[in-house]
This record gives sequence, C-alpha cells and structure tokens, in this order.
Amino acid sequence: MSIEVKNVSKKFGTFQALHNVNLKINSGELIALLGPSGSGKTTLLRIIAGLESPDSGQIYFDDRDVTFYPVQARGVGFVFQHYALFRHMTVFDNISFGLRVRPRNKRPSPTEIKERVQELLQLVQLEGLAGRYPSQLSGGQRQRVSLARALAVQPQVLLLDEPFGALDTKVRRELRRWLRRLHDELQITTIFVTHDQEEALELANRIVIMNHGQIEQEGTPEEVYDHPANPFVFDFLGSVNIFRGRVSHGKATLGAIEIHAPEYADRKDSPAVAYVRPHEWVIDRNKTDDTSMEVVIRYAHPVGPTIRLEVERLDEEEILEVELTKERFHELDLSVSQRIFIKPRNIRVFPI
Amino acid sequence: MLFKQNRALPGFGLTLGITLLYLSLIVLIPLSGVLIQTASLSWEQFWETISDSRVVASYQLSFGASFVAAGINVIFGLLIAWVLVRYSFPGKRVIDGLIDLPFALPTAVAGIVLTTLYSPNGWIGSFFDSFGIKVAFTPLGIIIALTFIGLPFVVRTVQPVLEDLDKEMEEAASILGASRWQTFRFVILPPLYPALLTGFSLAFARALGEYGSIVFISGNMPMKTEITPLLIMTKLEQFDYAGATAIALVMLTISFLLLFLINGIQWFSQRHQRSARK
Repeated sequence: MSIEVKNVSKKFGTFQALHNVNLKINSGELIALLGPSGSGKTTLLRIIAGLESPDSGQIYFDDRDVTFYPVQARGVGFVFQHYALFRHMTVFDNISFGLRVRPRNKRPSPTEIKERVQELLQLVQLEGLAGRYPSQLSGGQRQRVSLARALAVQPQVLLLDEPFGALDTKVRRELRRWLRRLHDELQITTIFVTHDQEEALELANRIVIMNHGQIEQEGTPEEVYDHPANPFVFDFLGSVNIFRGRVSHGKATLGAIEIHAPEYADRKDSPAVAYVRPHEWVIDRNKTDDTSMEVVIRYAHPVGPTIRLEVERLDEEEILEVELTKERFHELDLSVSQRIFIKPRNIRVFPI
Repeated sequence: MLFKQNRALPGFGLTLGITLLYLSLIVLIPLSGVLIQTASLSWEQFWETISDSRVVASYQLSFGASFVAAGINVIFGLLIAWVLVRYSFPGKRVIDGLIDLPFALPTAVAGIVLTTLYSPNGWIGSFFDSFGIKVAFTPLGIIIALTFIGLPFVVRTVQPVLEDLDKEMEEAASILGASRWQTFRFVILPPLYPALLTGFSLAFARALGEYGSIVFISGNMPMKTEITPLLIMTKLEQFDYAGATAIALVMLTISFLLLFLINGIQWFSQRHQRSARK
C-alpha cells in the first residue's frame, strides 16, 4: 500500500512538532525517517499510525483519505521502542491478541489462531517460546515478539518507532539484517524511525532526513550521503570537520587555504561553512600544493581497520579529525606529535 | 542452617527479632488475652454464647455488609483512581486530598453526619423516603457508613499501580484492533488485580472492625441492624467479659481465615504477575 502525507502540521502547545510536511511513499518501500530528537520523526510516524491526529493536512493510504480513521481501522502494524508487550500475557497470547479481539464473525477459530501464531513464531525464530512471559525473554527476543504481534493481523503498513534503540550493538545489527530479509520476503510497506544514521543507511531503500519538524532531504542512501542538500544533512550524516570562512567570486577562503567554489561565482564576500569528512583527507609528509595545511598529530586512536587521528592546525588553534587506513598509517610511518600536511580530497562549501 | 545465608545487607537476625517482639507486643499478646479470657467458659457455655440466634444474625450482618461495602469500594475506588491518574482538571488536588478524609475524621462524627443526612427527614434520606426506601436504621445505612470509611483503601492501593502502567500497551492494543472496552478488560485491568484485591481486603477488614459510625446509623435493633462489635460492647457493659471475648474470638477467627484466603489469592496472582514483569 502506498502512503501519502499531504501538508501535515502538528503543534504540541507552543512547540511546532511538524511544519507542513509532504511525503510520498510507494508500495513496498522500506523508508527510514532519520533525524535528531525533537525533529518530528516520531510524531509523523504516530500520525500515520493514527495515534495522533494532525492539526491540518491529510494522510492517504492508496487513494483513501484515512486522516480521520480511528487507529483500530487503519490496518497498520506498529512496533514500539520499548516493545509495549502485554506483561501479564504469554508470548502466545501477545501474538494472538490482535486476532482474539476481532468481532466474533471475523475471528479465526482457535486452531487457526494456533497455526498462525506458530507460523509467526517460526518467522521471528522464536519457536518453542510460546509459553514464556515477556519478562523471561531478552531484549532482542521481546522486540521480535512485538514484531510478530504486529504482523499477526496482516497489516498493509508496518511502522517501527526506533525499533532497535533499546538493544545493544550486536543484537541491533543482527535484527537489522533480519528485518531487511523479512521486508524482502513480505514486501510490506515499512517506515521506521531512527536517530542512528548507520541504521538508516544500511537498512532503508530511501531515507527521509528531518529537522525542526520539516523534511531536509529525501533520497536513496547514496544520494543523501554523497550529495547532502544542505549543511544540516552533511553534519548529521557521519562525522565532519567544519570550517568557517568566506566565499567571494567563486573562491572560498578558509583560514590559510583557498579553494575553488565555482558554483558561488556570483557571491561577493559572504560568510560560508565548508565540510570535509574525516576520511576525505589526503595525507602527506611534505607540502604538495596551496591547499595543504600543516598540522600536528595530537592523538592516534586505532578503531578496527582504521586509524583516527586528532590533529591540530598550526595556523589556527583548531582540532581536526582525520581518518586513514592502518596500512597508510604505517606506510607514512606516522607518530604522535609529528607534523604532517593534509588537504581535502573532497570539500563542500555552503554559504550561510 | 536453614536461615543462614550470606547477604549483602546484614541484619537479618536483628530485624527479624525486633519484628517478632514488636508483633508480639502489639498484636499477639493482646489477641491471646482474648483467648485466655474466653477459656474461662466451658465448651457448652462457649457454644451457647456464640450460637445464640441474635449473635449469629450479627455475624451475618457484619460480614455481609462489610463484604458489600468493600465490593462497592472496589468499583468506585477504581473509578476514582482512574480519574485522578488519567485526567487533569481544576480541583484535582482538592479531590485527591478529600479521599483521605474518612481516615482522619472521628468515626462517631461520620456516623452522626451520615445519620442526619440519611434519616427519613434528612436531606438525602427524605429523597429516598419518597420512594419508600429507608436508608438510616437499616442494613443499607450500615453499608453506606462502611463504604464511607473504606473509601481510601482501594483508591490508594490502585493509584500508584495505575500511574505505573505503560501507556504504550494501550496504544499497542488499539492498533491491534481492540476496542476501548477490550483494551480496558484485557490490557489495563489484569495488572490491577493484585492492587484491587489488596484494597478490597483492607477495606473489608476495616469495615469488620468498625464500630463508631455504625452505632449511630444502624439503630441497633436486635436481629436486624445489630453488628457484632456492638454485641461485644453490650456484653462488656453487662460485665460479661468471657461472653464478649467468646464472640470476639469467633469474629477474629473468621476474619483471619478470610484475610488468609485473600492473601493466598494475592500471593498466587502476584507470583503470576512477578514472572510477567519486565
């Protein structure tokens, strides 16, 4: 089922949670709503689910306007960050809840319910745990029960609110991969909210980046990562080094270095920020050209296969982050408090 | 040894010792006084005293009215707790404070006020009287007085549990298609059972022992509106100490058995709940 969000706004008291949001989601997509806390991503998800109602605007499922449909009638599955399992019910009762509360004429027979629950337990790889209570399960298992419970009613749309937020890294990765497979299998339109950019980049077909109740950019993971539309997106996706300077006549001056910025040829001396990702530096022991900066290595932290350097600029007292492979680090025979030259391989300038 | 365990916090022996001493002084020794006093009666005298038809009628009234009053308090106490926890409205704090008033008010005052209000020419009593319903000086009046004094128990036991309930569970239920009633019945109510049961047994126990307010509103007609504590008082006034303690002993035994039963149910459901807690 496709979803369309049209001009949706929502205020909580004086706080503008959503500001005129428009979004189209195609049937079968796996979408990530990504943003910092307070960006409105969860509110948007809850409005789509029917747990909140928008102050203005509409929600369409296919061509039906569901804005005023009660939550029970929307046919969505929802997974909460903290599972929201029914604590006094067994796994079986939790999963079958949605089937058992149906009106009598639509309710499956007890044997059908049993079969369906078995199927779902198999799907979420929790066979044999039907009789357990939520308290007897690990976090990852609880979240899978909560997913099975949401899927039991065969929803047309699956909504997940920070589904892996409360789990540790390893379980998180496992569940991520598993959700990806599940989506490939079921082809159900899925939206998940996250503040973890890695999760969004790894899992989603399309990422919607939100900030201050508005959509900053939407696109495939490659698009948003490689071509951030604005400083916020650049800053939010991955770590960056930020330079403040000025652009004038197609040139950007950032401290001691000067780079070409032909796209701003018509600007005259306006302030600008430039972004360089830590892995997009070229490192040398000698000065190669004008855009090289001389820096001194303050710290070197090995993080898995890469080395993360904290370097200090000699022209301005500023700390920069530089990332390089272990091989390159040894090749250059680098060590702490050594002077090196770095220049950006890729830099993005945004006037402000 | 059976009780020997290494614990992070020492002091098991000391605290258990103080507990036992304290309970003995406050509860066990006075209660065994009842038993000792009663023992001065022969079995025949004992049986005669406690099976007197007037006494049996008083048991029925006392236990019956207390049970009904506690039941009423469970229903309305839950409702009040719900309103206090879930909604905010002007005057909420005042209402919250009002709940405890029956605790603080001398019961005799409550009895006199209720009698004045519910007697056939009182404000509320005259209204019921026009329908031919008598409230004061009937078992109905007793139930009202017992409901009054038992009100805080259910509210105060349910309130914190209700506050702790995860609202997302309700949202999850409604997304899964449950109606409001189904959500209440299957998701909200079950976790409240232990608290409701505790509130019930507290209100029930409190009602059983109530004396001050009842003597005013009941009219104290033998066989009709005479509660057991009143009979005990009557016997004391006639210097029939053994007779008084004999009745007290029966009441004590039944109360203990009932509370023990309720605690049993409580323990059972708590064990069930504990395994379900996250």
